[in-house]
Amino acid sequence: MTEQPDLARKGWMSLLAKAPAARLAELFPNLPPHDVLRAPECGAVMVQGRIGGTGAPFNLGEMTVTRCSVVLADGQVGHAWVQGRDKSHAQRAAVLDALLQSGAADAQLQVLDVLAAEAGLAKTARATKAAATKVDFFTMVRGED
Amino acid sequence: MYVAVKGGEKAIDNAHAWLAEERRGDPSVAELSVPQIREQLKLSVNRVMAEGSLYDPDLAALAIKQSRGDLIEAVFLIRAYRTTLPRFAASNPVETAKMAVDRRISATFKDLPGGQILGPTFDYTHRLLDFKLMAEGELPTAPTAPASGEAVPHVTGLLAQGGLIQPEPQTDEMPPDLTREPLELPANRALRQQALTRGDEGFVLSLAYSTQRGYGRTHAFVGELRIGRVGVSVNIPELGFAVEIGEIELTECETVNQFTGSKTEPPQFTRGYGLVLGQSERKAISVSLVDRALRWAELGEDFIGAPAQDQEFVLSHCDNVQATGFLEHIKLPHYVDFQAELELIRRLRSEAIAEAAE
Repeated sequence: MTEQPDLARKGWMSLLAKAPAARLAELFPNLPPHDVLRAPECGAVMVQGRIGGTGAPFNLGEMTVTRCSVVLADGQVGHAWVQGRDKSHAQRAAVLDALLQSGAADAQLQVLDVLAAEAGLAKTARATKAAATKVDFFTMVRGED
Repeated sequence: MYVAVKGGEKAIDNAHAWLAEERRGDPSVAELSVPQIREQLKLSVNRVMAEGSLYDPDLAALAIKQSRGDLIEAVFLIRAYRTTLPRFAASNPVETAKMAVDRRISATFKDLPGGQILGPTFDYTHRLLDFKLMAEGELPTAPTAPASGEAVPHVTGLLAQGGLIQPEPQTDEMPPDLTREPLELPANRALRQQALTRGDEGFVLSLAYSTQRGYGRTHAFVGELRIGRVGVSVNIPELGFAVEIGEIELTECETVNQFTGSKTEPPQFTRGYGLVLGQSERKAISVSLVDRALRWAELGEDFIGAPAQDQEFVLSHCDNVQATGFLEHIKLPHYVDFQAELELIRRLRSEAIAEAAE
């Protein structure tokens, strides 16, 4: 592997993959001209777990995944692997991946920042409900003779 | 013997048309949508995903609608669909220690880092029918409290620090895959985990219960049960690095079981493990108990002939698609088979009657 893992790119690819497809389409409805290098394709990824949470890997079960690769008019290539079977989600994410690599500031503002904020809110909303079900133990006072 | 027969096409077409009508039920009642099933029958959806061995809530909900709520039939539909999907990759093993927990309880420690979080549980309900659900009610809302954001470490990790529990050595070997190679016995623990996690909930539950009743007892405590979401990270071949491409809900159970020890090793607790797609704690606890019972040889315990200790018995019978396929095939035409049996019994009877007459 010659390519250096690009932390920012990892981050946006993940954000785009995990975004609700309908929300992504709302935030970025019009795709710029591009060619499809690999048409959106549905398949599966085998999810692995570890025995005991930390031990040897085992096959837990598959999940549906859609992948797509595109090239923009300027030659910039973008890839996407997204959970689920929504082909337009994968294609939109691949186009955005290409745009973001060219440093498209508007895509950053218009899409990524919004998605990140909304994902954070959704996560916090669940965490606060979980926190409300945390048990506070109290010790009963024992009668002393 | 099964002999191919022709005929009955019209009857079959009409039967399927009637099936579709029956599936719809009374047309004066609103039709059930797939999103309604996905959102409001979520635990059925989870069971179909776990036993169908494919995480996709929309497809599982569709399968439940198509199967008229017959969950084993729905699992069958998902398994059949699964085989049509190209396999892109295997994920990196999910990190359950980093799970965003909805629920996390321990039956072994009252006070533990991260605390006891009950989550949306049926526990402590009175199991009385709630007739309010028959009427269209108000939108229920859950109370909230500030989330501390503190880490929720695995309970077994706490025990491992003192050497009180067997370590689970981390390896990175490629696990065997039941969906690619037929089951071969003896199966290693990784293969057993795969078979059990996609096994029939009722079957695995009964086996686990049998160990509690004495058929291969392992004195299990639920060290920890957690339910929540974990990220799934995959190495993308065209990029050369890993991306978290999605999130799935999982249920994980770790049991702390009776100890082993030897002349050289001081006594230690042992472990059972269960990890299941979706929210499915009955299944995860069951898998952990059966996992532990199947480890008797590795832990130097006696084989007492209990079903839950017998991996051939457990692994050959836990899959409900295999089981229902073989079971239900006997209702298909066996006319030639049965003709042979009829001829045989007529001959035996006539011989017996003739003998009695002599």
